[in-house]
Amino acid sequence: MIRAENISKTFGDRQVLTDVSALFEPGKTNLIIGKSGSGKTVFLKCLVGLLEVDEGKIYYDDVDFTSLDFRGRKELRKQMGMLFQGSALFDSMTVEENVRFPLDMFSSMSAAEKLERVNFCLERVKITDSNRLFPAELSGGMKKRVAIARAIVLKPRFLFCDEPNSGLDPKTSIVIDELIREITVELNMTTVVNTHDMNSVMENGEKIIFIEEGEKCWEGNRDEILKSDCRLLNDFIFANALARQLKDSSK
Amino acid sequence: MFRFLSGFGSYWILLGKVFSKPEKPSIYYRQTMKELVNLGLRSIGIVTIISFFMGAVITLQTAYNTENPIYPTYLIGLGARDSIILEFSSTIVALILAGKVGSNIASEIGTMRVTEQIDALELMGINSASYIILPKVVATVLFNPFLTLISIITGIMGGWIVGTSAGVITSQDYIYGIQYAFIPYYITYSLIKTVFFAFIITTVSAHQGYHVDGGSLEVGRASTRAVVYSSVTILLFNVILTQLLLS
Repeated sequence: MIRAENISKTFGDRQVLTDVSALFEPGKTNLIIGKSGSGKTVFLKCLVGLLEVDEGKIYYDDVDFTSLDFRGRKELRKQMGMLFQGSALFDSMTVEENVRFPLDMFSSMSAAEKLERVNFCLERVKITDSNRLFPAELSGGMKKRVAIARAIVLKPRFLFCDEPNSGLDPKTSIVIDELIREITVELNMTTVVNTHDMNSVMENGEKIIFIEEGEKCWEGNRDEILKSDCRLLNDFIFANALARQLKDSSK
Repeated sequence: MFRFLSGFGSYWILLGKVFSKPEKPSIYYRQTMKELVNLGLRSIGIVTIISFFMGAVITLQTAYNTENPIYPTYLIGLGARDSIILEFSSTIVALILAGKVGSNIASEIGTMRVTEQIDALELMGINSASYIILPKVVATVLFNPFLTLISIITGIMGGWIVGTSAGVITSQDYIYGIQYAFIPYYITYSLIKTVFFAFIITTVSAHQGYHVDGGSLEVGRASTRAVVYSSVTILLFNVILTQLLLS
């Protein structure tokens, strides 16, 4: 479980997050939605400690992450996995080396055990016969899947995904969404996904928070989102004609 | 002034992170071996070619500028030897490597920054500065003295081959000249400077790459800054080290 309490963040004079609180539960895919520039990536980076919060607290279970020192954070981060927007695979390493990297750094497994675990994770994300390929030789969807394999190789308790569908076609997006949802349940992880993909919202939105101009405007799930009265949320969700038709038909 | 001080401060903070205890020494050892190949072995070609021709030109220049019956011709060999050992193979080669290795380091680390690979390392609980930069520092500090020795040998050979081919000096005089009044400490002086310069090239360039903020345009600018800043720092330290080591 991750609990964020009254998070505020500024860059110079610009207030990017104001008093954002949220609770993310284990075994669920928690979504942070909002338009581009709304502050959702900053919020996600604050959650994982890549950005320092100006005010507020972040708790992982009952551990206050914001007050941990470098060593404490380092330990806690071993329980986190993250899928970055651009996949962030290491260019100089093959697919196998990328996925094996966290094991090399933090496990005492033998080479054979590592290979078995790497192959298991790659098969789980449906990547086969690509161990020797470099990231530059992979498609966008394959890169995302390899990045998911790397994120889960240490069986993390917390998974963060920043725009997992960006740059992907609708069909591949669905595959990635399904994968994230299935893995979350399998490993009973607390998964937090940053997205503005409406298909993800409707498929994976077990818990959704909507951020607008750095403030949390709405909280609920995929069933409640269609019936919400929040004007800002409706403007975002039903921005296109198809979505508006869907809303009208649901009434 | 504020930008200079801020950059200077962040450089030292970065060095503090770089020289903290490695997470897993065996991984760092493997990385260092890779960097020895990337930054060291792959620089041998350019160092050899430039040293050969510079040695040749230094010999020819010395010969044409000392055309006087009073001066014995073996002084051409002596002049070429001392120029190559004292300045060319340490300082000039360091400036060339600042261009080759420095821009390579800054653009590699800068690209890792903008593609979130550094964030990925941090999120795994890895000290990204140490993991990425320390092997490069170790590799260049260990290997660049060998590059300097290679440069000295090929530079002197270049002078000998071209000098004798052009007829400005006999082989016998050149060999006598390069042995005449030889001070072995000059080699030590040259190698000490090389170690300092290797450290400067790697850390200054890595600092520029590590703090890239933006996209590919910024990576390019960081790469240019890395070459300029490390070159200026090398020239500054050349004066300081020369005064300290030869006075």
